[in-house]
Amino acid sequence: MAKGIKDKVVIIGMGCSKFGERWDKEADNLMVEAYTEAIADAGIDTKQIDAAWLATAIEEQHVGKSATPLAVALRLPFIPVTRVENYCASGTEAFRGAVYAVASGAADIALALGVEKLKDTGYGGLPQRGRGPLNDMVNPNASAPGSFAQLAAAYRAKHQVDAKDLKHAMAHISVKSHDNGARNPKAHLRNKITVDTVLNAPTVAEPLGLYDCCGVSDGAACAIVTTPDIARGLGKKNMVAVKALQVAVSNGLEAQHNSWDGSYFATTRIASKRAYQEAGIDRPRDQLSMFEVHDCFSVTELVTMEDLHISPEAGAIKDVLDGFYDADGKIPCQIDGGLKCFGHPIGASGLRMIYEMYLQMHGRAGERQRQDEPVFGLTHNLGGFPQRNVCAISIVGKYGA
Amino acid sequence: MTKGILAFGAYIPWRRLPRKAIADTHGWFNPGLKGQAKGERAFCNWDEDCVTMAVEAARDALAGRDRTQIAALRFASTTFPFLDRLHSGIVAGALSLDDGVSTIDIAATQRAGTSALIEALGGSGETLVIAAEKRGAKAASPVEMTSGDGAAAMLVGDGAPIARLLGKASRTADFVDHFRSVDNQYDYQWEERWIRDAGYMPVVPPTILRCLEAAKVAAKDVTHFCMPATLARVVSSVAKAAGIDDKAVVDPLHANCGDTGAAHALMLLAATLEKAKPGDKILAVGFGQGADALLFEVTPKITERPKNLGVAGHLARRKEDGSYGRFLAFNNLIELERGMRSETDKGTPLSAMWRNRETVTSFIGGKCSKCGTLQFPKTDICVNPNCNAVHTQEPHAFADMGGRIKSYTADRLTYSPDPPACYGMIEFEEGGRVMIDFTDIDADALQVGQPMRMMFRIKDIDAARGFRRYYWKAAPVAAKA
Repeated sequence: MAKGIKDKVVIIGMGCSKFGERWDKEADNLMVEAYTEAIADAGIDTKQIDAAWLATAIEEQHVGKSATPLAVALRLPFIPVTRVENYCASGTEAFRGAVYAVASGAADIALALGVEKLKDTGYGGLPQRGRGPLNDMVNPNASAPGSFAQLAAAYRAKHQVDAKDLKHAMAHISVKSHDNGARNPKAHLRNKITVDTVLNAPTVAEPLGLYDCCGVSDGAACAIVTTPDIARGLGKKNMVAVKALQVAVSNGLEAQHNSWDGSYFATTRIASKRAYQEAGIDRPRDQLSMFEVHDCFSVTELVTMEDLHISPEAGAIKDVLDGFYDADGKIPCQIDGGLKCFGHPIGASGLRMIYEMYLQMHGRAGERQRQDEPVFGLTHNLGGFPQRNVCAISIVGKYGA
Repeated sequence: MTKGILAFGAYIPWRRLPRKAIADTHGWFNPGLKGQAKGERAFCNWDEDCVTMAVEAARDALAGRDRTQIAALRFASTTFPFLDRLHSGIVAGALSLDDGVSTIDIAATQRAGTSALIEALGGSGETLVIAAEKRGAKAASPVEMTSGDGAAAMLVGDGAPIARLLGKASRTADFVDHFRSVDNQYDYQWEERWIRDAGYMPVVPPTILRCLEAAKVAAKDVTHFCMPATLARVVSSVAKAAGIDDKAVVDPLHANCGDTGAAHALMLLAATLEKAKPGDKILAVGFGQGADALLFEVTPKITERPKNLGVAGHLARRKEDGSYGRFLAFNNLIELERGMRSETDKGTPLSAMWRNRETVTSFIGGKCSKCGTLQFPKTDICVNPNCNAVHTQEPHAFADMGGRIKSYTADRLTYSPDPPACYGMIEFEEGGRVMIDFTDIDADALQVGQPMRMMFRIKDIDAARGFRRYYWKAAPVAAKA
């Protein structure tokens, strides 16, 4: 196996816009909002950035194609800028591009920025749009909740779980994310809810109700990375280093081959194993300090606890209900509110997750700061559908740990 | 050589509207509707039309049969969705018939079904005759009350028929009891008493008598008389005038289906054949700008026919739906606020549709010639992770393979003309799987492991361009009659 990325690159600056319904802001305003925070944090000048990556997923809804929207918004001085799109995992992909550029020596300092401006559709949820001629001819006109809801049907059937028990654990997940989001000033949703709120909400796609679904938000997030040596030269201490970056992409097996049972993410299981190996983690349940997962829907978060090899298979319901993943639990999951409450501006989400790990490791997470000093933080960024998706995982942690 | 019917089938849509729902809504305007508020009429799901019903009736008729001998396809309807596109060509594709098949659409009269059958019985080789109808009707009109949607199919030819043709006769008369022109979506109808006295009575009995003479069969020996007519007492009067025993008049399926227009003579013939005994003589008549009469004698082969759903099975596969609002919406009789999610462009690139016709129309997937894995759709590289062989996929027909629900949802967010949109993963028993729309299913009844079968349906309607695209969906398996 390749030697991997561990401790070759460190993060020197991060920024994140407020997420939400930013009715008065264009995408470029959001990019600048995240960027100004990140560049001030890094303590460098725009001219020191050698290369940049832009993540957007539904660009036809806001900035249009190519990397030019980022270059123009930040007035980047004619440097190489690349736009990436890989479903909802686009943000982590942009980060991967910047990190690999630094690790290769092609760039000393690189920037990754993700943005999405989705609230110009006129309705809630993701935009309904064409998916290519053949896909439109054969695929169901599936919404995102309808696609992910099917995990519940398959999970219940596989593990002989009562629908009520599963729904209750899913409700706990949403209540926990609202509790956490309430302590995050940049979060889209900051209201606390109860289990009853979740259980009594209108159904969106059986068995997912309104509170089992994350919001669709406007927002941007940004990271600036460099080598440990350059960071030291800039006076950086207590550096947060990249420990692992892994992506696994469905090859049609789940959608077409009967070896997949529909109750889990084949990609996440594979990507997380590779990430632990790259980061030198062999007991994730004992070694991870905290993590952010792609909780587009409560059921996604639930099965992901198992797919990341933290809860044993069929054990997520128990861990969730035991509070294992709560903000004061053994390994907090979505301590910032997650997609559910921080929000989900698609291209920004992967970077937003890393932003939270970075703040926590620097002790800058304010009201929601974890008191046990974090060592390793994992982010899990997923795009697509359970039967065909992209899973991107990053592990960041104390440099040298 | 003995010419006759080799196999038959039928299709009646799942949903039934109690006529009372129509009368309850429109009785304020036309109190006369209350007198007709008995029984129920079959109506198409939003994703059905005469093409999809024709495919299902044909599949019912061809259950367990080799389709490679079918040389011709005749498709009769007065409600074809296209003015210039061959509907029998769509059906031939959905049935995966040999592309050398001769195809003709027969239209423009309520006797199109019997005319197609007469024409087919004059041909050589196996001919599949299908009649299907989904009549539009103005709200509160007589046609809305009396009609039903449905299709019937007859495979005819030489050999060992289950019903042998004894005689046939036709009569042509430009008697316009009603009409529907290209400029008008709905029927314009003349007075019922005139239709009976000046239409049916002078035209039909003489045609029947010529048919019986040709067959050298006495009218009193007719065991079953199949003639659609929605006007009161017409069929009995015609039978009496022709000398046919009133007991031979078959149930017009008014109570549980409604008159299926150009398909109805064949529908009644199918319903009669299901119950017939060897030696029975069945007279089928179609009326419309003249008349057709066909006389058949049931043979002992009737006892050996493979089980199918037929008329009885489809009548049993039934969902009472008292929502007249849904009926109006499905039939575009009401301007519904469908929401912004319905605004998505449903355009069809015709070049892509043609290129993918085996996948989209015929539901043909792949079978790896190296490892035997089934997959849908067919791709260049086998999906089996232990194989991944390149260019080994042979065409494999998925349409008639049974499957089960592996995962599902009932989606209220996405746009569907009939929310919630139910869809999920179907795993086929012989292998392979597909994420696909479900149809004719109650969201409450969805469960993992439920047996499903594939049905040919409308996938999307492109209202902006007047096009409709067909594909396959999964529906619960119905019990065989």
